[in-house]
Amino acid sequence: MRIKSYPIHKFTNKDLIKLNEELSLALSLEELLAIRSYYQKEGRSATDVELYTFSQVWSEHCFHKTFKAKIKFGDEEIEGLFKTFIERATRELNKDWCLRVFEDNAGIIEFDDEFAIAVKVETHNHPTALDPFSGAHTGVGGVYRDIIGVGARPIATMDYLFFAYPNLSYNDLPYDAYHPKVMLKKVVAGIADYGNKVGVPTVNGCIQFNNAYLRNPLVFAGSVGLLPKKKYIRNPKPGHNIILLGGKTGRDGIKGASFASLSLTKAAESKFYAAVQIGNPIEEKKIIEAIIKARDHEKGPLYSLVTDLGGGGLAVAVCESFKDLGADIFLEKISLKHLDMDPWEIWISESQERMLLCVPEENLEEIFEIFEEEGCEASIIGEVNSSKKVSIKYKGEYAGEISLDFLFKEYPRLTLKASSRIFKRPEPPNDSIIANMNNYNDVLLNLLSDPNVSSKEWVIRQYDHEVGARTIIKPLQGVNLDAPGDAAVIKPLYNSWKGIVISNGGNPNYSIDPYRMALSAIDEAIRNNVACGGRRIALLDNFCWGNPMIEEELGKLVLACKACYEGAKSFDTPYISGKDSLYNEFFDGKVRHEIPPTLMITAVGVIPDVRKSVTMDFKRSGNYVYIIGFTSDELGGSLLYKKYNIEGGEVPNVNPERAKTIYEKITRAIDRGLIRSCHDCSDGGLAVAIAEMCIGGNCGVEINLDKVPTHLNKPYKILFSESNSRFIVEVAQGYEKEFEFSIRGIPFEKIGYVTSDKTLIFKSGNNEVINLDLDEVIRAFKTSLI
Amino acid sequence: MRPRCLILRAEGTNCDLETAEAVRIAGGDPSIIHINLLIKGKVNLEDYQMLVLPGGFSYADSISAGKILGNIIKTILRPQFKKFIEEGKPVLGICNGFQALLKSGFLPFSNENSQHATLSINESGLFIDKWVYLKYNSNTKCLLTKNSQNVIYLPINHGEGRFVCSNSCLDRLISNNQIVYQYSSIDGIVSNEFNPNGSLMNIAAITNEYGNVLGIMPHPEKYVNKYLHPAWTRFQNLKEEGDGLFIYLNAVKLAKKFF
Repeated sequence: MRIKSYPIHKFTNKDLIKLNEELSLALSLEELLAIRSYYQKEGRSATDVELYTFSQVWSEHCFHKTFKAKIKFGDEEIEGLFKTFIERATRELNKDWCLRVFEDNAGIIEFDDEFAIAVKVETHNHPTALDPFSGAHTGVGGVYRDIIGVGARPIATMDYLFFAYPNLSYNDLPYDAYHPKVMLKKVVAGIADYGNKVGVPTVNGCIQFNNAYLRNPLVFAGSVGLLPKKKYIRNPKPGHNIILLGGKTGRDGIKGASFASLSLTKAAESKFYAAVQIGNPIEEKKIIEAIIKARDHEKGPLYSLVTDLGGGGLAVAVCESFKDLGADIFLEKISLKHLDMDPWEIWISESQERMLLCVPEENLEEIFEIFEEEGCEASIIGEVNSSKKVSIKYKGEYAGEISLDFLFKEYPRLTLKASSRIFKRPEPPNDSIIANMNNYNDVLLNLLSDPNVSSKEWVIRQYDHEVGARTIIKPLQGVNLDAPGDAAVIKPLYNSWKGIVISNGGNPNYSIDPYRMALSAIDEAIRNNVACGGRRIALLDNFCWGNPMIEEELGKLVLACKACYEGAKSFDTPYISGKDSLYNEFFDGKVRHEIPPTLMITAVGVIPDVRKSVTMDFKRSGNYVYIIGFTSDELGGSLLYKKYNIEGGEVPNVNPERAKTIYEKITRAIDRGLIRSCHDCSDGGLAVAIAEMCIGGNCGVEINLDKVPTHLNKPYKILFSESNSRFIVEVAQGYEKEFEFSIRGIPFEKIGYVTSDKTLIFKSGNNEVINLDLDEVIRAFKTSLI
Repeated sequence: MRPRCLILRAEGTNCDLETAEAVRIAGGDPSIIHINLLIKGKVNLEDYQMLVLPGGFSYADSISAGKILGNIIKTILRPQFKKFIEEGKPVLGICNGFQALLKSGFLPFSNENSQHATLSINESGLFIDKWVYLKYNSNTKCLLTKNSQNVIYLPINHGEGRFVCSNSCLDRLISNNQIVYQYSSIDGIVSNEFNPNGSLMNIAAITNEYGNVLGIMPHPEKYVNKYLHPAWTRFQNLKEEGDGLFIYLNAVKLAKKFF
């Protein structure tokens, strides 16, 4: 008997818990009880196929239980974080250019009259912790399938990576952990292999370092796709064939969704080793081409639905796709890698490069012709019906029947408690070590050589960032193409100058104040976008958090979500998609090693004419340097304090209304061609920003700090404060009046000029607080990552 | 009159769209054709006047880059390819296409039916995306690079681009003027310093003995207008046309003779 059945309707609580353990279902007691009472009503036993369906569909990974849960936060009762803060912002902003948000695999927004943009970001943290190459590899593969899952062609990749410091001493490395250098190399190799082979340019990203990520690195993989608006379809009807397209189904990636929903422990790692999937980028490339061909067929799209198989495999894809209909599935029709797989394994396998399609009878011949030409394997595995049930058979034998109403409407909703302990005002920092310095030459060099700032060229050049010939603003800029850009600009259509601007923001060092951290992430993502010429910006909220069952962690999540609502509303930037990955912690048997709360915001804007885009490298000596925005005493969580182990200080705050005005004016000045270069101030403050612009321009600069709009009087605070909503802007000689007029009303000041003598000078009063040769600056910035 | 250009696609080819666009800008009529259609005889190469093998990772570059595609060309499509090349029609192999042409034996010596050279793993062992300067050999007989500037600027995007061949093969390439471009400085100085992948003699592109087949590792289709230049925002007087376009213009012009 290949299908096991369990008399769950007769089980005691103890039996349920034992079963949960035995099958590693990762279900909560409430969920087990709900399942038992369902089977009691039905008066029957449960099959393993059914139990695993609950386990996968209701996993945190697939079901987002925490974001749906009722949360008690002090006196406040929150009816779901997602609904209350994320979706609400989008709903209230009600933009007509948001075409499909939060309903399909990826968020879809308008590009122009004919085309739409699809965007999605995924995380692949747990698999990466186990197997860095394959984890990152299939992370990229997974997000491309989200894009193709709405019928779009992926045209850009983004990745945000978080590791421990690469210079970690081997003495501090647990015997069973990857060294962060090894981790970094393997993750980069994984992303490069997948992206380069599928032929999607990797255009934007970040790598951040903090030793808290040692056991639980983070890999966010994102993608942007393009589709003709009229070709979007999601309309399966009873009688349509269900087709499984792509790679064969195997034992790789069994229970991945459950694994991703638990805390990492040694025991979990060995138990779920098979949870890591194995990628094959060329298989993915084939299914992309096949689906695009089926989409663009002269008869119109040949399918009525296309969706990807991700976490939870077929179980999740089938149940979610037909939740208002029903389906019959025949598991023996599925082509297997391992012929002895049990039906439940086939049902929940997360083998990669597979897509589910629904195809009306009359299009079968055409679509199979396309599959054959592209060399894709595909089989009809079932049929859509209207029974509100998914019935699963294996070689004529009954394998299970799932009530979709029970699965999606009667699930036990979590009620969680979050600590509302107000986060204490930060202590005043003791930064006398810096205050007592005569100059800040070494400080600046130290910050530039920190891996959080230093050159990522070694990584970026391993990624193909221009395949497709659509990348107009590339990640490396300047005279020697070695300076870090703020955002990427993609020109998706060969016959139009309109572009997509892609950027990101997020800094887990600010997580000592989760509310400000979230606002800062939003501000940073938007200002990076604006710096290159982006506008009409859409956001994606991508959370990686610790264990939400710990009240304090959940409290931080609540605060961050509140800031997400406020930020999106006041910046007028809706969320179009998002991702939450929880339980990012490693439990070594004694201590929980939690990651810092990490929120990465993706910003996707448009630019009407890519020929107006701006880069960050200084262009010409003699040109004027301006600072835009106000500099405050905001060094809490700053790179400076981190580097010198200084605690306390205010985390940078955002005044969204004021910031929004700044961004609108900068956009106007860019459109008028008044800005020669523009760079955002973030890690390391204005000093690092200006140094990077000099590296790009292969030039020097002379800056008068006394001119910077601020109440601060200590030069090091002005140099290294990380206040949000600030830019450094270069304006050509003769244009300064026009520029100043065009941005009147916002804080700005002319603070210096670009020089040709390759020296960076920052003056305060009569003192040169920084005087560095460009060569030294470049050497520090190019400190090897690995 | 737009000559028909077949852009050959196999599983894993991924520069077909921008290559087709470059052909279109140059006045050709591109069709992106899957190799399975050629193998089955549903499409005939002889109906076309120009052939491009674009970049990508055909068949995942299993065994080595372009090897499987090269073998398919060598074993199944050889007669069609041979006829096409011997008629003098233009053939352009870019990156993976260059690798496949070498491994099928159509480069460097189209009439010898054997592999003389290879493109091996970069010296760094890593894939590399970088813009490079290429020094033109003005004595080359290559018909696709006529009137090339002395130095052109294009990106390389490859993991296996290190040109390697025997001394005797190299001697023949030199004496026949089959080397078309070498990695160089902006001023055309060819030296080790400007060699991005360890290629023998900095070789970046070669032609066959007739001059109608060009194999090139850098991507001319990635620089067909000025906004694809990696630092275009720095230059106010950059010419509108990118350095890669003239290769397509030459190829289309040559293809017109067979129309």
